[in-house]
Amino acid sequence: MIRRRSHYSAFTLFKEGLLGQVGWQPTWASPEPKPAYDAIVVGGGGHGLATAYYLAKNHGLPNVAVIEKGWLGGGNTGRNTTVVRSNYFYPESVALYDFALRLYEGLSRELNYNIMLSQRGMVVVAHSEFEMEISARLVNAMQINGVDAELFSREQVIEIAPAMNARPDARYPIFGGVWQSRAGVARHDAVAWGYARGASHLGVDIIQNCEVLDFIFEAGRCCGVVTSLGEIRAGRVGLAVAGHSSVLAAKAGFQLPIQSYALQAMVSEPVKPVLDTVVLSLGTGTYVSQSDKGELVFGGGLDRIPSYAQRGNPPLQEQVISGLVEMFPAFGQLKLLRQWAGIVDIVPDSSPIIGPSPLPGLYLNCGWGTGGFKAIPAGGWLLAHLMAIGSHHEISRPFDLGRFTSGRLIDEAAGSGIAH
Amino acid sequence: MQLISCPFCGLRDETEFRFGAEAGKRRGTASSSAEEWANYLYFQGNPKGQTREIWVHLACGEFFMLERDSMTHEIHQSYCIRKEDQK
Ligand SMILES: Cc1cc2nc3c(=O)[nH]c(=O)nc-3n(C[C@H](O)[C@H](O)[C@H](O)COP(=O)(O)OP(=O)(O)OC[C@H]3O[C@@H](n4cnc5c(N)ncnc54)[C@H](O)[C@@H]3O)c2cc1C
Ligand SMILES: [Zn+2]
Repeated sequence: MIRRRSHYSAFTLFKEGLLGQVGWQPTWASPEPKPAYDAIVVGGGGHGLATAYYLAKNHGLPNVAVIEKGWLGGGNTGRNTTVVRSNYFYPESVALYDFALRLYEGLSRELNYNIMLSQRGMVVVAHSEFEMEISARLVNAMQINGVDAELFSREQVIEIAPAMNARPDARYPIFGGVWQSRAGVARHDAVAWGYARGASHLGVDIIQNCEVLDFIFEAGRCCGVVTSLGEIRAGRVGLAVAGHSSVLAAKAGFQLPIQSYALQAMVSEPVKPVLDTVVLSLGTGTYVSQSDKGELVFGGGLDRIPSYAQRGNPPLQEQVISGLVEMFPAFGQLKLLRQWAGIVDIVPDSSPIIGPSPLPGLYLNCGWGTGGFKAIPAGGWLLAHLMAIGSHHEISRPFDLGRFTSGRLIDEAAGSGIAH
Repeated sequence: MQLISCPFCGLRDETEFRFGAEAGKRRGTASSSAEEWANYLYFQGNPKGQTREIWVHLACGEFFMLERDSMTHEIHQSYCIRKEDQK
């Protein structure tokens, strides 16, 4: 079933301006849940919505629902600092994250929705000879894997981020860094809303304010979900609930190699353009970019206490802010505008889990931890493939849950030098 | 800043502590299967609400048991692991 929608264009904007803005269709429909679907996706974050979109678009499934306990993108998707990049070390990770980045590059057109992708580049700054060696290793790995990467000298870093603390006596002197020019930022809400609109247009039912409480089991299979609005049946169920994956896995009768932690981020008051790229410092662990509104958006490592409390703790705030001020002394004058946290799903090898769950009929997309926004188009594409076809896409196969038993981990924490 | 109680040193700043692991796991033996090892090393309950965990006080180096709430961060009790073994 195709639902009617407004085509977004300069012409429509002009026409609606003349006609008094009365012709706009709702961005997505909000139907009552049906008693049964072909497929249900639990979680209305980016990954869940993208999964539903590709189930309808790539696989032609007519009868799909997304079930979200709160509002769309109200989880980590709407709380993240929106850095997209594919500067990973292992071939498996590059295949996954660069696939996502390539999909992102065409997404505004694909969805007829401006996701405001801005490929302003990202530099990961190295502060010692040894960090430069590791950076060179990463650049080599990226180039071998066919991804754009460049080893920046000290001068190149200073040129791209002139506000950075370049004093020779700085605690973290600049030695150089890893540059990825296709990295950048995108608008988080727009990614969620764009996929929601696209999915709804293709007939997907998007159901908000409906919490999945349990599963329906029949003959050892998952045959649907028990929700706060009653039972909804489905032949296959996909789970894309990030930090709450363990809670639902417990209902389904299994455990996951996941620990939930709070990850926080902050924005300063808005200022005139001062930083037109994304900067991450290997020394301080803080990363920062400037939003279109002029706010400096920044974050760092995880709060160290396993947690489901959606708020950040002061010790880490202090660490992240001191990192920022060390990197950009001038930012010390700015006021902090907002601070928040999301509950992220941390896996021992810092790589996601995509694959069938131990319960037949239930499929997993989780473990994105601190870096799954950049992967949304790929995560959705791959979970949709898995749910529609019943077996792995070649890109998702290495990320199967089975890797924890076989020992074939994809340990990206050290490989790519990410801050977490 | 939250205070956590080390059974040996008393109430101290949260930054002096580190989460170790969920309590109650038993290490396998040479004859344990790959599944048993994976469960021991990687898989966990990760409960929302009441938790029972092993933490370490970095200052004195002692591992101890901490019962708390992962939703509210309220701490119920902490006790040394040795005492439990004597019961
Ligand atoms: C502060 C912060 C900064 C980040 N920065 C970046 C970054 O710069 N770049 C990057 O790539 N990634 C970043 N991330 C990580 C990224 O946000 C996540 O990996 C990604 O958004 C996960 O998307 P998701 O759809 O899996 O989860 P979510 O967006 O969290 O969606 C899961 C949804 O499931 C719903 N749900 C949970 N339980 C139930 C239930 N029982 N029933 C129904 N619905 C349920 C939740 O309400 C939620 O809406 C950051 C995260 C945080 C918190
Ligand atoms: Zn102590």
